Amino acid sequence: MRSFLAVLTVLAAIVAIWYAACVPMNIKGVLDAAERGGAEVMPATSKVRRDMGTFGLVAGNTFAIAQTWEQDRPRLPAPHQVITELWKTTVMKKVTSKRSLVYHAQVTLNATLLGFVIGTGLGILLAVGIVHSKVMDMSVMPWAIVSQTIPIIALAPMIIVVLYSIGVQGILPKAIISAYLSFFPVVVGMVKGLRSPDAMQLDLLKTYSANTNQGFWKLRLPSSMPYLFTSLKIGIAASLLGAIVGELPTGAVSGLGARLLAGSYYGQTVQIWSALFAAAILAGLLVALLGMIEKLVLKRMGMAS
Amino acid sequence: MMMVLLAALVWSFGWWLNSRLANGSNSDRGAVKLLVPVIFGITVLVVWELLVRGLQVSMVILPAPSLIVERFASSLPILWKDLSQTFLKGALSGYVMGCGAALLMAVAVDRSDFLRRGLLPVGNFVAALPIVGTAPILVMWFGFDWQSKAAVVVVMVFFPMLVNTVAGLRETSAMQRDLMQTYAASYWQSFFKLRLPAALPFIFNGLKISTTLALVGAIVAEFFGSPTVGMGFRISTSVGQLALDMVWAEIVMAALAGSFFYGAIALIEKSLTFWHPSQRG
Repeated sequence: MRSFLAVLTVLAAIVAIWYAACVPMNIKGVLDAAERGGAEVMPATSKVRRDMGTFGLVAGNTFAIAQTWEQDRPRLPAPHQVITELWKTTVMKKVTSKRSLVYHAQVTLNATLLGFVIGTGLGILLAVGIVHSKVMDMSVMPWAIVSQTIPIIALAPMIIVVLYSIGVQGILPKAIISAYLSFFPVVVGMVKGLRSPDAMQLDLLKTYSANTNQGFWKLRLPSSMPYLFTSLKIGIAASLLGAIVGELPTGAVSGLGARLLAGSYYGQTVQIWSALFAAAILAGLLVALLGMIEKLVLKRMGMAS
Repeated sequence: MMMVLLAALVWSFGWWLNSRLANGSNSDRGAVKLLVPVIFGITVLVVWELLVRGLQVSMVILPAPSLIVERFASSLPILWKDLSQTFLKGALSGYVMGCGAALLMAVAVDRSDFLRRGLLPVGNFVAALPIVGTAPILVMWFGFDWQSKAAVVVVMVFFPMLVNTVAGLRETSAMQRDLMQTYAASYWQSFFKLRLPAALPFIFNGLKISTTLALVGAIVAEFFGSPTVGMGFRISTSVGQLALDMVWAEIVMAALAGSFFYGAIALIEKSLTFWHPSQRG
């Protein structure tokens, strides 16, 4: 309960800072518009205003403060503007409409989920191989770890163009980037998880004369579950990031990344912010969903902490 | 066809050599542990080269490693210019600012239990978001040059660093803090002598996560607009010209920079947290 209150306080503080920041960020645009509308503005010409500090402008034109939260194309839209835009483009529009954020989010989500399934599937397979084969462990594992320090996302534009040139388009190139990003966290986490049973437990299974296969299904796999879920949560966030970035270099027309790009081309800041919030909400929902599955599974297996 | 057969042969030889080494009696030696992944890497490169040549794969799809190396060596001046624009100016300055701000913020937050309770869940949530998406906004605000890239990096590294540092500052046990109190240590004395050192493993964890994020942020931000220099710019324009050897050369450069950056932080960590169990082993 106390934590809840604290979180609310922090969120309220963030919103307050945001509203406050809107004033100096947007004041010049508001004053230019007001001057064109024939209102009295303190330094009368925009040329003088350009060289002035924003806070001086705010102090000189207190009447304009309220309008900094209502501008059409603000440099920084106020929170309520973003929320209105989100509401308008999700609830008020039909889901199939090209202007509905739900439609764009679903395009990105498809690529994310496909990539996530491919990436985690391959990742788990490789982890199983690494745990059971010493050669694979010693050859592949160092590279898997090193690859985490590399900005893999730089590969994204190339993957898309290469796949395009051999005739693969649509959801698959984005999914491959997503898969690639979620692959390595899962490998590293899963190897750690499959190795987590201690020598005592492994010895016990040996005294039962269990073979490798039984040891894997009855001991290693169950005890790797907490590690698996931790890396799945990292992996799905990375997958979403991959799908969004994968939409950038191709000039895709649908998807959250495409909305970001289109917004930045046409100066539609409110659209950028609402796409950003949609991506954030999507990421939050996906991670929360995995967290819920984790809780259920671990409880069912008697490992809930 | 010969090349493809040769590739299969090289692959099996490399694998055989590695399995001999890994299952042999010396497999716990440091040298062998280093040798096995190196052999694996070389095998992959040779097989890649042979397959690309043997199957006549178009350069547009996958250039051979030799071509990439050639391109890397011949365009070193361009690569260096891109590196200094993206990495030294954009990523590194943003990294220092973002991590520094997060560190100071963490110290401030740590004094209030209420703030910490509120900020940790929010920070954890934000750290999982696709923050790279703020790039178009920040490019709009700070212009096309490196300042906007640094800003993206600041936003990206801030929350992971904050969450790790705040968690680290909680690391000391009540017993240790009581001991400092019996020494009549002031807040700052016990902060610098006890709690900051105890938090170092966590801080370095945050710093290491942030190295990759910094490079990713700086490169992706350039996709939204940049001067005619920089790694992200070079990658997106070279992809447009189908000059894939240049793209790969740029990626090699990014990989080298990323690994060196990470390695440098890890090295500093090793010298500062030599007392921690994870470093002694």
